[in-house]
Amino acid sequence: MDMLTFNADNGYLEAVVRGLKASLLRRNDYTNLAQCENLEDVRTILNSTDYAPWLQNEPAPLQTQALFDCLTERLVHDYRSVRSQAYAPLSTFLDYITYPYMIDNLVLLLMGVLRNRDLGEVLDKCHPLGLFEGMATLAVVTSPEELYREILVDTPLAPYFAECVSVHDLTEMNVEIIRNLLYKAYLADFYHLCVKRIGGTTGAVMASLISFEADRRVINITLNSLDTALRKDERVALFPRLPGGLDDEVVYRLGRADDLQAVALAMDLSGTYRALFQQAAEREDHSLEDQFLEHEMKLLREAFDVQFHYGVFYAYFRMREQEIRNLTWIGECITQKQYAHASRVVPIL
Amino acid sequence: MSQRHVLPVVPSRMTLTQIKARLQGARRGHALLKKKSDALTVRFRALLREIVDRKFRAADLLRNASFRFAAVKYVVGEELKHVVLEGVDHAETRLRVRFENVAGVPLPSYRCVTVATDASTAFESRENGAAEALNPSRSRVVGATSIVQYRGLGRGGQQIISCRDAYQEALSALVELASLQTCFMVLDEAIKITNRRVNALENVLIPRLENTIAYIVSELDEQEREEFFRLKLVQNRKKRELARSQATELRARERRAAQALNAFDLNSFHEALGAETAAAESLLEQTTGHDPDLLNI
Repeated sequence: MDMLTFNADNGYLEAVVRGLKASLLRRNDYTNLAQCENLEDVRTILNSTDYAPWLQNEPAPLQTQALFDCLTERLVHDYRSVRSQAYAPLSTFLDYITYPYMIDNLVLLLMGVLRNRDLGEVLDKCHPLGLFEGMATLAVVTSPEELYREILVDTPLAPYFAECVSVHDLTEMNVEIIRNLLYKAYLADFYHLCVKRIGGTTGAVMASLISFEADRRVINITLNSLDTALRKDERVALFPRLPGGLDDEVVYRLGRADDLQAVALAMDLSGTYRALFQQAAEREDHSLEDQFLEHEMKLLREAFDVQFHYGVFYAYFRMREQEIRNLTWIGECITQKQYAHASRVVPIL
Repeated sequence: MSQRHVLPVVPSRMTLTQIKARLQGARRGHALLKKKSDALTVRFRALLREIVDRKFRAADLLRNASFRFAAVKYVVGEELKHVVLEGVDHAETRLRVRFENVAGVPLPSYRCVTVATDASTAFESRENGAAEALNPSRSRVVGATSIVQYRGLGRGGQQIISCRDAYQEALSALVELASLQTCFMVLDEAIKITNRRVNALENVLIPRLENTIAYIVSELDEQEREEFFRLKLVQNRKKRELARSQATELRARERRAAQALNAFDLNSFHEALGAETAAAESLLEQTTGHDPDLLNI
């Protein structure tokens, strides 16, 4: 992507997104929110932000769930308005942003089919960003094979399925493993799209973001599979490997790790994550997930420092997700009267 | 003592023995029931204390668990809820009810039993937090193999596990609490029934039996007195009868004598008397003078 032509197609949208980014809640907003006594106070504070029109129609005792729904609704609205104005390579890029939701939804559907649930009900629970064509006809699907033949082949996820899962596996394999395999394929594909097909600044910015995402998954999968029956070769098979991510040596060690100590030792070999690991161990109220989120937010902020690339779109929507998480967390803390924990959010800006 | 408090019995020596036996039985029953009621009350009080403790503990645990769930939602996102809901297809934890015997009252005690799932289909154990708990030793064994498998692999696994554990703990606390609470209610009922019986024995049955006994005894005394009186009466009557019969005989004899006297014809008597007199005179005349047997008056 070169600087000369970027603005011709994408200048407006980039400006929009940068403008939207400016409306994200800041550190002092979170400080104020964390001091609220009830959700109505939260609403009062949010009314002075861009969320005002989204919250105004909610009935008086605001619930956390309602708050979450409003926030999600706004995210979806923002995404759709950006997506509807995007031109060719950016539109594909934006589509890729929704694939994780799609994967989650598909896994949900798959579970529904495997357990003979009413798919209409399952559909209601799907994330709106992950909806895809053909979902409306889902009601006729009765078996995983049918789900694959009728629905999956038409979705953009079909190649991922073809890559890692056979029709037979749909019934045999653990759904959670399928989810991780799909995610792995998705990350590889997204990386390929950004670096190889779009390239340029976008490639450079997105490479670091996507490989961070991949590394995070590698570490998380390792940590979370430590005490499970997941075999080591199965574990390694779930690791998303991208160029520019963790060293082979680190990944090899993670693949063989048996306990937390081994993971920590492996992490010592990688500069960035060693610091995160140590901080997570030192700061009591921060888990490793929090550290990852903090690091991610840092990377996302950095993406905004560069101009003329698509990374800002990705970064903006990721930040939005984080904001939803933060607000829901604060809402939960306030509802459960755990005021002390309400300030434990990962600020975005 | 009104009539109401006396059993409708025929006062007799046999009934008296029967009633006495019943009274003894009632007294023994009363003592036993009293003991039972005391035992139950002791248990009841202990239970009450425990329930209060457990309630606070369960509330804490639940608060903690729902807070952990909020933490999971923070890391994993809302969709986990749906994934978990969809993933459930059978109850992981079931309740086993046992009965413990306290002073003859069967007290139910609940225990959670985890139905171990097949390792390959272990995914449904995702409902974990909401639906299973068991004793810790077993939890570790089962947990290591199937229950905690694979959830949150990509992100938030630790949070999910800690949330699951928190809910497990809360669930087992709730089950314990439920078991105590049921015990409490059963005991309450049992104590009420026992006390009612004790009171019934103490205030109704035993007094009634005592009254009955008193009644029978007084009745028997009465009978005895009556018997004595009757005997006296009969005796008197017999005496009187005897006297009367004697009198009657006397009277009859007199009457017979009178009748005989009445039936005596005066004329003929006179005649006879005349004749007799004549005869006597003649006899007298005949004998006058020379009758040595006659006194000369």
